[in-house]
Amino acid sequence: MQTFFSIGVDALAYGMILFVISIGLSVTMGLMRVVNLAHGAFAMIGGYIASYAARDLGLAYGLAVILAVAGTIIIAIPLERFLYRRIYGAPELTQVLMTIGITFCVIGIANYVFGPTLKTIPLPPDLQGPVDLGFRTIAAHKLFAIFCGVAVALGLWYLIERTSFGVKLRASVDNTAMAAALGVRTKIVYAASFALAVGLAAFGGVIGAELLPVEPYYALRYMVTFLVVVSVGGAGSIPGALIACLLLGAIDTTGRYLVPEYGEFFFYLAVIAIVWVFPRGLMGRAK
Amino acid sequence: MSITNTSATIIQPLPAASSNWLRDLVGIAIILAAAIVGYFLFPNNLALLTRMIAIMLFVLSLDLVTGYCGVATLGHAALFGAGAYAAGIAAAHFGVTEPITMIAIGAVGGAVAGLVSGVVILRGHGLAQLVLSIAIIHLFHEAANKASNYTGGSDGLAGITPDPILGLFEFDLWGRTAYVFGIVLLIVIFVLLRILVRSPFGLLCRGIRQDPVRVSAMGASVKRTLIKMYVISGVVAGIGGAFNAVSTQVVGLDSLSFTNSAEALVMLVLGGVGTLFGALIGTIVFIGVEDFVSAANPFHWLTIVGALLIAVVLFAPKGLYGTAAALVERYRKGGK
Amino acid sequence: MTALFQVDRLKKSFGGLDVTRDVSLSLQKGDRVALIGPNGAGKTTFVNLVTGHLRPNSGKVLMDGEDISTFNPMLRVRAGLVRSFQVTRLFADMTPEQHVALAILQREGKSGRVAGTFQAMPDVMRETYAILETLNLVGLARTPVSEIAYGQQRLLEIALAMALRPKVLLLDEPAAGVPHSDTFLIENALAQLPDDLAVLMIEHDMDLVFRFARRVIVLAAGEIIFDGSPREVTEDARVREAYLGSYGHASSAA
Ligand SMILES: Nc1ncnc2c1ncn2[C@@H]1O[C@H](COP(=O)(O)OP(=O)(O)O)[C@@H](O)[C@H]1O
Ligand SMILES: [Mg+2]
Repeated sequence: MQTFFSIGVDALAYGMILFVISIGLSVTMGLMRVVNLAHGAFAMIGGYIASYAARDLGLAYGLAVILAVAGTIIIAIPLERFLYRRIYGAPELTQVLMTIGITFCVIGIANYVFGPTLKTIPLPPDLQGPVDLGFRTIAAHKLFAIFCGVAVALGLWYLIERTSFGVKLRASVDNTAMAAALGVRTKIVYAASFALAVGLAAFGGVIGAELLPVEPYYALRYMVTFLVVVSVGGAGSIPGALIACLLLGAIDTTGRYLVPEYGEFFFYLAVIAIVWVFPRGLMGRAK
Repeated sequence: MSITNTSATIIQPLPAASSNWLRDLVGIAIILAAAIVGYFLFPNNLALLTRMIAIMLFVLSLDLVTGYCGVATLGHAALFGAGAYAAGIAAAHFGVTEPITMIAIGAVGGAVAGLVSGVVILRGHGLAQLVLSIAIIHLFHEAANKASNYTGGSDGLAGITPDPILGLFEFDLWGRTAYVFGIVLLIVIFVLLRILVRSPFGLLCRGIRQDPVRVSAMGASVKRTLIKMYVISGVVAGIGGAFNAVSTQVVGLDSLSFTNSAEALVMLVLGGVGTLFGALIGTIVFIGVEDFVSAANPFHWLTIVGALLIAVVLFAPKGLYGTAAALVERYRKGGK
Repeated sequence: MTALFQVDRLKKSFGGLDVTRDVSLSLQKGDRVALIGPNGAGKTTFVNLVTGHLRPNSGKVLMDGEDISTFNPMLRVRAGLVRSFQVTRLFADMTPEQHVALAILQREGKSGRVAGTFQAMPDVMRETYAILETLNLVGLARTPVSEIAYGQQRLLEIALAMALRPKVLLLDEPAAGVPHSDTFLIENALAQLPDDLAVLMIEHDMDLVFRFARRVIVLAAGEIIFDGSPREVTEDARVREAYLGSYGHASSAA
C-alpha cells in the first residue's frame, strides 16, 4: 500500500513536470507545425540559469525561477527570429536537422560553460522535507510540482479559452491564412506563443530539476519523452497532453520502482507500444 | 495504335543503358583513385580511412530510406549496430572468425534489425514516425547494455580476432588488409546500389518519396515497398557494422546510440540526400573534419556538428554534392 | 446480370454536412458516363469514397459482384478500379517516361524488381511510348514533370490511368486546366480507350460531355437527381432548376 501510494505520488509529480515542459512544445507544434527537437534544450537552459542564480549567486529560489524563465526567453528570441522562422512550413527533414543542430550546439556550449557534472538547484526550506497530509506524508517539492502542473494547466486553459490572445491563437492554429486575412498579426502570435512555450519549458526545467537532473545531455535524454507527449496527446491539445503526461509518468515511475534494472528499457518499449496503438494520437486526429 | 512501331524506332533504349554503365565505371574509378590517394597520403592513418569506409556503408544505407524513400529517421544506428554486434558476437562467443562469414552474419543481423525497425517506424507518420525512430534506437541501446553477457555492456565487446581473408591475407598491424578489404566491399556494394536505385523498385521508391497517395493509386503497396527497402538498407548497414567489427576487432555500445544515428544523418545531409555520391562525400568530409577538430579540441565537437547542420540547412540544403551537381547542370544548360 | 461496377447507397458527411446522400449507381462494360453537377455537389468526394481514399459512413462498392468496400485504395486499383485526380498528383522530379513506365511495371507486377531498368525492357518501352504518343507527350518524355506545363501534366494524369489498363476508369475533371486548344488530345485519348472499359467522367465542359457521354448523371447537393441520356438531361425540370439554371448558356451551346 505504501509503495502504491509512493508510486502514485511520484508518477503524478513526474507527469506534471512533463506536462509543464511539453505543453509549450505541443502548442507551438499545433500552431507553427514545426517539429522542434530542441525544446528540451530550453528546459535545460532554464535549469542551468536557475542553478547558477540560486547556487552560485545565492539568490532566492523564486528569483532564480523568474531569472531562468526570463533568461531562457531572451536566449530564445534571436533563435526564433533567425533560425526557426526559416523552417516554418519546411519539409520535416529540414526541421529535424535544424532543431537537432540547435540541440547539439546548446549541449556543446553547456558542456563547455558548466562542465559535464550534474547541477543542483537548492530548494528553499519550505520545499525541503516532507509535508504531512494527515494520513500520509509526501515530499514538499513533489507536492509543489503537482501544484505547478495544475496551475499551468488551468492558466493555459484560461488564456486560450477566455482571452482575446487565445481567440487569435486558436484562429491561427485552425487556419493561419484565414486568421491573417481577418487582421490577426500571425507573426506576433507566433512569436508570443514561442516565447510562452520556451518560458514554460524553462519553468518546468527548474521545478523538475529534482526528478530530471540538469546536465548537458538532458536535451537528448528526454527528447523522445517530450516529443511522445505531443505525438500521443495531439499537437495543441491541453487535455491530450495532460493524459499523455500522466500515462507516461505512471509508466516511467512504475518501471523504476518495480524493475529498476530495466527501467529505461521498459520505458522505451512502452513508448513504442503507445505510439503503435495510437499512431494518430489519443484524440485520433490525422496529422 | 498504329504509332506503336514508329515510336519504338524513334526511341532507342540503348543509349540510356550504356551511359548508366559508363557512369558506374567512372564512379568506381573515382572511388579507386581516392582510395589509392588516401593510402599514400595517410599511410599511418589507415585505421581512420577504414573507419570511414564502414561509416560510408552506414550512410549509404541511411540514404536508401531517407534519401530515396523520404523516411526521416533518427534511429538508423540500430541497423548498423545490429550488424556489428551480430558479427562480433559470432566471433567472440561462437568462434565464427572467418571474415567473409562474419560480414554475412552482420548482413543478416542488419536485415533483421531493418525489418523490425521498418515495421515499427512505418506504423506512424510525421511526428509519430520520428518518435518511434528515436525510441527504437534507445530500446536497442538499452537491450545491448543489459545483455552484457553477450555484448560486454558498456565496456564494449572485445575478443574479436578474425582469420585471414580467404585464408590468405592476414589482418596486419598497419591495417592494410582491412583497408583493401573495405575498399573492395565498398565498390561491390556501391555498384549493387547503383543497380538498385535505377531498377523498377528504385523508381517506385522515388515515387513514394514524392507522393505516396499517387503510388497507392497506381496499385502499389507503399508500406510493403518501404519495408522491403528497410531490409535492404539493413543488409547494407549490417555489412558496414560487421566490417567495422572485423577491422577494429571491438564493438562499442556507442555504435547503437542516438548520436551515431544523428551523425549519420548529418553526414548524409552534408553530402547530399538522395544521391549515392552525396553519401560518400558527406562521410569523408564529416569524419575528416571530426578527426581534425578532435585532435585540436574534442570539447567543441558537438557544437561544431550542430553549427554545421544549421549552416547546411540554411546555405546548402542540397548538400555539397547536390549543390555542385546543380551548378554543373546549370553551366551545361547555359553552355548549350 | 451483375453490373461491372456498382455503388450501393453510399453516404458521407463531414461534421454536420451531408456531402454524399444515398448515392447508388452502376456501370456496365463499355459505358461512357458523364457525372456533372455544380461546384461543391460532392463529385470529387464520390470518387474519393469509391476508390477508398475516404471512408464512407455507410454504403457498399462492388466490382463484378464482389464487395470491395473494405479494400484499401491499392487493392481497389488491383481489382480494376482506377481514378485520375482533379488536382494533378505527379512525381515532380520524374519524367513522363518514368511515370508511365512505372505504371506499366506496376500493372505487370514487375515494380518490385531490384535489378535491370525499364529502358532495357522493350515491351515496356514500346507501350510507354505508344501511350505518350497518344497524348502528344513524346517530345517531353525525358523532361522532369516540374518543368512541364500544367496542361501537359493533366494529360500525363490520363496517360497513367491508361497505363494501368483498368476495368472501370473514373476521371475527375480531366480537362480542367488544359488549354482549350489541347482538349482534343484528351478526346483523342478517350476515343482510344478499349471498348469494354467502363468510364465515368466528371466534367464541366458541356461540349465535351455531350460528345463523350452516352449517359449523364447529375449530382446536386450530394444527391443524384438525374440519370439518363444526354438528350433528356437538358429537358429535365429538376436538372434545369438545380444545375442548368446557372449554366443556361451551356444548353444552347449543345
Ligand atoms: N475533407 C473534407 N472535409 C470537410 N468538407 C469537405 C471535405 N472534402 C470536401 N468537403 C466538402 O464537401 C463538399 C463537396 O466537395 P467536392 O466533392 O469537392 O465537390 P465537387 O467535386 O462536386 O466540386 C464541399 O462543400 C466541400 O467543401
Ligand atoms: Mg471536384
